[in-house]
Amino acid sequence: MTDNVVIDVHGMTKRFGDQTAVNGIDLQVRQGEVYGFLGPNGSGKTTFIRMLCGLLAADAGEGTCLGFDVIKESEYIKRQVGYMTQRFSFYEDMSIAENLDFVARMYDVQNRREAVLESIERLGLAGRQKQLAGELSGGWKQRLALAACLIHKPRLLLLDEPTAGVDPKARRDFWEQIHKLAAQGLTFLITTHYMDEAERCDRLAYLSYGNLLTSGTAAEVIAGAQLTTWSVGGPELQEVARQLRGKPGVGQAVAFGTKLHVSGSDAHGLEQAIAPFRTEPYVWQQISPGLEDVFIHLMGSSKDNFSI
Amino acid sequence: MKKRIHFSFARLWAIVLKEFIQMRRDRLTFGMIIGIPVAQLMLFGYAINGDPKHLPTAVLLADNSQQGRSLLSALKNSDYFNFVREVHSEAEAEATLARGEVQFVVTIPENFSRNLLRGEKPTLLIEADATDPSATGNAIASLRILLGSALQQDLKGPLAFLAGSDGPINLRVHARYNPEGISQYNIVPGLMGVVLTMTMVMITGLAITRERERGTMENLLSMPTRPLEVLLGKIIPYIFVGYIQVGLILTAARFLFHVPMAGSIPLLLLASSVFIAANLAMGITFSTLAKNQLQAMQMTFFFFLPSLLLSGFMFPFRGMPEWAQVIGELLPLTHFLRIVRGILLKGNGIEEVVLQLWQIMLFALVVLTIGVKRYRKTLD
Repeated sequence: MTDNVVIDVHGMTKRFGDQTAVNGIDLQVRQGEVYGFLGPNGSGKTTFIRMLCGLLAADAGEGTCLGFDVIKESEYIKRQVGYMTQRFSFYEDMSIAENLDFVARMYDVQNRREAVLESIERLGLAGRQKQLAGELSGGWKQRLALAACLIHKPRLLLLDEPTAGVDPKARRDFWEQIHKLAAQGLTFLITTHYMDEAERCDRLAYLSYGNLLTSGTAAEVIAGAQLTTWSVGGPELQEVARQLRGKPGVGQAVAFGTKLHVSGSDAHGLEQAIAPFRTEPYVWQQISPGLEDVFIHLMGSSKDNFSI
Repeated sequence: MKKRIHFSFARLWAIVLKEFIQMRRDRLTFGMIIGIPVAQLMLFGYAINGDPKHLPTAVLLADNSQQGRSLLSALKNSDYFNFVREVHSEAEAEATLARGEVQFVVTIPENFSRNLLRGEKPTLLIEADATDPSATGNAIASLRILLGSALQQDLKGPLAFLAGSDGPINLRVHARYNPEGISQYNIVPGLMGVVLTMTMVMITGLAITRERERGTMENLLSMPTRPLEVLLGKIIPYIFVGYIQVGLILTAARFLFHVPMAGSIPLLLLASSVFIAANLAMGITFSTLAKNQLQAMQMTFFFFLPSLLLSGFMFPFRGMPEWAQVIGELLPLTHFLRIVRGILLKGNGIEEVVLQLWQIMLFALVVLTIGVKRYRKTLD
């Protein structure tokens, strides 16, 4: 059973001073899985990933990553992990080919020249390999970073907000690439803020203030939240939302495009609360909550232990 | 009409306060604000003696006589000469001078006393290490007056005629290694060490901090690499840069300043590699200690200043008080200056060079060890 579990960690904890950035997180990720890591900024996603690949020393926790002890054997883990940092962290004063060549050398890649050429080809960077990395646009930088992370044929890819600041077309191409690689057996742990990306993950985890609030497939996460959601369309929705907020039974009232989503954990209470607002010209409709409804709900219900 | 924004003392004060707060937080800058004037005061106020005294002197005593001893005690009483050892041959005298152990060798020749009493004007030979002319100038100038009066005591009564108008003895001063007292001969080779210290420490000082500031450090750390790989990997390229500088300065020394090159240039190049590596190691270690590039620059300056002042480049090493000499002995530049000047001006060989070189090696080793220990493998 443990053969195909790539990440299996328990109680991972990291403190910075007296603040707990990651608080006892357990996580299992299976081989070939695309695992989505969600949560607001500062929720501990990056810190957790950095602990996995040995960039930060964990204060507590145990387990394995790629079969190696996550605390003691980070040197071995590093060799088989590709880590794409949130901020572009290749050398801007070096060309695409030079960057890839450097990475290939650092990982002692066999047949280095071919590996570099191949990754340039595969990612469609051919013809631009002499261009300086610093001159690339966001989308191209992201492609370069992914190519560099893949060059040593890692078994696990840790991607920290890989699509931040990338246009929709490039994002779609990127995700296609990821699913193609996952089909070949590569495992992904990806942090993101985009709901459409979250929906493309095999499984998800939601972090808030260092705590893992929920995990599972998108359907499991939604079902687990036990949320009732009503959608309403009509004029002056901001005013409706203002009046609804704080009423017993109403957990949240959030604008979704031209509609308002009103959700709560107590289906009966919610129905009572919205009853006075179910007048013309408003169109009310009970819907099944989406991931975003659930995440907003989770974010609202988790205690803020950062007082910044 | 728009209301003009007037100068506000409240805002001014707010900024002043902010600057003070930031200054207080930035301990390194604060340290420099305090440290530099204190260091300069100590050095220029007390330490630097343009008229160095108690210069170590060896004696070659081939004639043990009353008159010879009188002369030596007169030299000693002048405060310029401090007799530290006795040598027994011309060759031994030569060697101590080459190693830089003594500044002077005084030779009282055979039959000195007999020749003196016969009125044959024996020769008192004083050999001076004049690589740095300013270290020996005053001592030599004082000699003539000194010797004349020294023998007055001994040459009384019937011998008084010997103390005639042009003196009882011949004084011969050999200003060795730099007979014309050309200060460029001393400064230009020294400049090689100074330039290397400044640039090498600074270049590598920025190496790690730059990675950290540009965010590339996170990437580098996520790769399977050892600290020593990173540190040496950043040192080695700059050894070549250092050699370019060495080449430039040696060329200028030869063709612009006509500095004599008495010793072996390959030996000098070999010794330079150790010195360059030592400075690069210092820089890289600063880089692991500094939080950002600015701090690294400040540390470089902190290192450069004492190197410049206490190494014997600017002022004669022996003109400095003992504590300053102790600090000076720790700095690689001090030893490198002795090597460069030794090879170029004195024609020193491998034996004399090794005496200084191992100390530079030790420095490099200690500093690099600190660097490796301080290098953080994580982002913590």
